Amino acid sequence: MILAEVAFMAVAVFALFVAFVLGLSFYLGRRAKSASGSFAAGGQIPWGVNGISFAGDYLSAASFLGICGMIAVAGYDGFLYSIGYLAGWIVALFVVAEPMKRLGKYTFTDALDSQFNSRGIQFAAALSTLIVSVFYLIPQMVGAGVLVTPLLGLPHAVGVIMVGAIVIFIVATAGMASTTWVQFLKGTLLIVFSLVLVIVVCVQGLSTEPDQAGTVAHYSYRMLDAKQAGEELVPDPADPQAADFVHLDQKDILNPKTGDVDMTVVKLQELLPLTHTEEGYWQVTVKGTVERLGAYEDSLDKLAARTGDATKDIMELSFIKRGDQLFVSTATWWVARKTEDKTVLIEAQSLREEEDGGKWVNGLPASDENQLRQVGGLQQIAGKSGQEASTGAVGPFEFLSTLSREDTVFDIPKTVEFSIGENHISLFYAKPTPGTKVMRPGMKFKVEGSALEKLDFASLMLALFLGTAALPHILIRYYTVPSPAAARKSTIVAIASIGFFYVLTMYLGLGSLVNEVVNPTSNNMSAPLLARGFSTLLFAIISAIAFATVLGTVSGLIVAASGAVAHDLMDRFFSLKMNEKQKVYAGKLAAFTVGLIAIILGIVFEGMNVAFLVGWAFAVAASANLPAIIMLLFWKKTTGKGIVASIAVGIISAVGLILISPSMYAKYYAVSREQAVELAPIPFDNPGLISIPLSFLTLVIVSLLTQKTAEKPKETVAAD
Amino acid sequence: MLHEPAAPQGKDYGQKYKTRLGVWMFLLYGIVYGGFMAINLAQPKLMAERTPVFGLNVAGVYGFGLIVFALLLALVYNVMCTRRERQLRQADEQGQGGEE
Repeated sequence: MILAEVAFMAVAVFALFVAFVLGLSFYLGRRAKSASGSFAAGGQIPWGVNGISFAGDYLSAASFLGICGMIAVAGYDGFLYSIGYLAGWIVALFVVAEPMKRLGKYTFTDALDSQFNSRGIQFAAALSTLIVSVFYLIPQMVGAGVLVTPLLGLPHAVGVIMVGAIVIFIVATAGMASTTWVQFLKGTLLIVFSLVLVIVVCVQGLSTEPDQAGTVAHYSYRMLDAKQAGEELVPDPADPQAADFVHLDQKDILNPKTGDVDMTVVKLQELLPLTHTEEGYWQVTVKGTVERLGAYEDSLDKLAARTGDATKDIMELSFIKRGDQLFVSTATWWVARKTEDKTVLIEAQSLREEEDGGKWVNGLPASDENQLRQVGGLQQIAGKSGQEASTGAVGPFEFLSTLSREDTVFDIPKTVEFSIGENHISLFYAKPTPGTKVMRPGMKFKVEGSALEKLDFASLMLALFLGTAALPHILIRYYTVPSPAAARKSTIVAIASIGFFYVLTMYLGLGSLVNEVVNPTSNNMSAPLLARGFSTLLFAIISAIAFATVLGTVSGLIVAASGAVAHDLMDRFFSLKMNEKQKVYAGKLAAFTVGLIAIILGIVFEGMNVAFLVGWAFAVAASANLPAIIMLLFWKKTTGKGIVASIAVGIISAVGLILISPSMYAKYYAVSREQAVELAPIPFDNPGLISIPLSFLTLVIVSLLTQKTAEKPKETVAAD
Repeated sequence: MLHEPAAPQGKDYGQKYKTRLGVWMFLLYGIVYGGFMAINLAQPKLMAERTPVFGLNVAGVYGFGLIVFALLLALVYNVMCTRRERQLRQADEQGQGGEE
């Protein structure tokens, strides 16, 4: 497949989509001149449209890219995110939707402050909205960069600026009316084309030799018998292939906790025959896969002319001429694995990064042609391998039940990293894993680990469950519909569409894995790459939708954040006297500022894990906002001061715990995971289990201590 | 600053009923969700056991079941709320007191 052709089509499809969206924004923007129109779409969006828009808002880069990618490398554990994210909507529907609609005007702050008129609440809630929105914005912007880099070949920063600029334009043009319609379009397209992709996956069926609809030849990783020779693990001379290899180096990968040897990796020298093409390229053939060495054309020409039997080093590549044949000497890495009766070496992929920026892939210089192969795949399907294992088209349940079998064996992508001298080496290898392990929890979340690891998992699931109903960009959508009943119905449409999409994520993620389309260095692009494996057009459409996914979510977040600044802070907290027109103008200015901040943070946080940041936003939202919402609705003794204290404690405890979490220690202090767990004051990655109850407790205590003030609500809204 | 809703709203019937129903349904779902988490934490291997349901394992049936159950509960909730709203509205219109 020609990358430029793919990119052109993707750009064309994307440009058409964006042009349509912008046209719609202009059209609708002319109709939204009031504050209510800008922030809440005039409260007149039909509930069905609003429900799909909820899906558009909610199915962000984390859902489409992150969850599919996680399922592609961690199986069922990725699907746990789908379950947790959807379950959160139950809180939204049954507890929050209608009362919030009754309470609010434009923003979440209005709702909280509706019975107190407290400047403290106005400030704390607006600040909380801003903080959660910005934290949620960062991964979306990082996601934008992740998408454009492989798709269009543009640098990360360009992607971030592109998304930021378009979104600021959309929001500043028309506010909530246009973002609602953008989300409606995006939500619909995302679900429809994900379904198309899932149908293609099922029709394609399962195979141990997938070839991406004939576009990419299946590569079978080689295996050598090995034997111990003193300290070294060498190819067993009894294996006929052994003569082609020479042992160069060996490394034991230790378990950082126990110090035991986890695995042994071996570096072998291999001679690869070079051929010269009519176009003037030199190329290497590795088991049927052609790797071009275009950059070395001149050197090799000269080399071919003057080399005899001697070995020459050019550009650090060693060339050997034997007779008329020219060979290149490469070093490849192999992973040792013990079987029942012998030890074998299994070929791995390698990426060597040098201090001066040089990159080597599988023993040869990285180039457009010599890239890491996509990974994943199945070793066995229901006990069979090779052509007889191919299932042909399968139904959706047969797809899952076949993959759940003990005798269906996945090649789960794994990575191990180490340094040799000044070079950083990453090895990508496959771990054979039975379907009974892949299709149940346990590969990522240590549900069979220590008590603390189990609590950490429970803490994450709690934050996902409670975070949804407290996300400001979700909460403001309750004000875009005309009545509490419409709020309820749009939430049900959202649950149906989001739930359906999350069912599809299982197939998209597993489809990427079994079709060997997972990028070994980043799993975020699994769903778009799955589409590329079947059709260029489908890839272009899916990529454009993925891009629009980021656009849509960022739009919603910027509307929420600009509403917090213009309405809650400028209009209410600082009591700036503004007419409707000025309020809309202030909102647009705020959208521009927040968008600019998001662009900067999106560039600064390049390379940071998207799911990690999204989890952060959920935890902060659940800790800061949810206790205030729930208690306001259901506890008559709630006071304004209690709400302010609860929001403050929620933000500080959640953000604080994340900042001192083992993940942050490991990431920023460059220590191993085990050392980080030892160093971190609280060995928890997910703060929800501590910060959410703390925030509830604070609200109760402060409310009880401030009962004599006049700000106590007369009765809870829920009991009206 | 007034605190009226963003759009004019008609009378919202059956608030108390809807709230009570919502809380009970939330608790019901919470128990089923909690059960899923509890099995994952206490008996993770049980999740790999095959079931008669389309040949899926427990993890598949329970996981998809949670999604389908959420939608079913949501639909039941909507039907019950809509019916109560209609009853109270009709009673209100007939002057029999539709407030709750």
